[in-house]
Amino acid sequence: MMRKVLVTLAILGFALALLPLAYRAGVQDRPGALAAGYLDDAPRELGAANVVTAIVVSYRGFDTLGEVAVLFAATAGVGAMLTKKRLGPDAASGRGTPATEVLRTATGLLTGLLVMFGVYIFTHGHLTPGGGFQGGVVIATAILLNLMSRPESRLSHGLMTGIESLSGAAYVALGLLGAIFALGFLDPRILPIGRVGSLLSAGSVPLIYSVIGLKVGAELSGILEALKGDRE
Amino acid sequence: MNALEVLAKINPVAASGAVLVLVGLWGVMAKPNLFKIAVAFSVMETGVNLVILSVGYIRGRTAPILDSAADAASASARMTDPVPQALVLTAIVIGLAVTALMLSYAVRLKAGGGGSSIESYGEEKW
Repeated sequence: MMRKVLVTLAILGFALALLPLAYRAGVQDRPGALAAGYLDDAPRELGAANVVTAIVVSYRGFDTLGEVAVLFAATAGVGAMLTKKRLGPDAASGRGTPATEVLRTATGLLTGLLVMFGVYIFTHGHLTPGGGFQGGVVIATAILLNLMSRPESRLSHGLMTGIESLSGAAYVALGLLGAIFALGFLDPRILPIGRVGSLLSAGSVPLIYSVIGLKVGAELSGILEALKGDRE
Repeated sequence: MNALEVLAKINPVAASGAVLVLVGLWGVMAKPNLFKIAVAFSVMETGVNLVILSVGYIRGRTAPILDSAADAASASARMTDPVPQALVLTAIVIGLAVTALMLSYAVRLKAGGGGSSIESYGEEKW
């Protein structure tokens, strides 16, 4: 009883704190100085049509490197925790239901399309809504479909680790190239910035987002495989 | 001022985000099941993301992507604030990783014979 009262009080307090936001959010009529600077400079300095991508990959690229590191740490934690040894031998048994015809056929049809769509999303991150993280998630859905339609199948652990470490190293290397040949760490202007709106524009932003996409795809696929619970 | 005018002033995105935050908070505090707590955290996170996004929204403006609706010259006069969107992009990815980690802790605790209710871990209380 006491707990219910406390929970109700806490929720009411939070509701009271959030109430002004429901009225005041989004009432400004122009972006702040920082945002206006990004909006004006991103197309001119970096040649990126998508300003959010310019912020995530270039202006605040260091944060994104940290974010990728957090994702890696979480993947490593999930992988270390959900092994057969830790879960006990019978953890993964008793769910040997074979996949239905519908799921197996759809998987065959969709896998190629999903991977292609994921690659499209992360290579066009500087032009359209999307980017490495979204593209990586779409690729991981293709892996999820395959794991569901053939529950006994395994991902090649060596291949996944290889993709993950190579793309991580390529990300840091592109950042260091920016520090050597352009103005700073992760500066995309090591390549010509090109014409705004074309695929080969924004310097190394498409390259950086592609390696992020591969890394995120490999990491999420690793999480999905670990959640099956039969990893050695 | 009548009720309709008050309602029209509410930002729908911020209001729904606030509701999701409250639902998630209630789940975290009132539900004993570890899996439900993880899902409640995820709901709360979605709410927080919506609230952050709604702060950067500017009425009548377009997305911060150059196209026929806004060219480079009129960018800061026609586009919404891109900074909260970049923040939320980061928050979603971190949230996904943290949810996966929370769920695997729950799976691991249950497999270790501890049960899936938070009540069975009373002695680990801080």
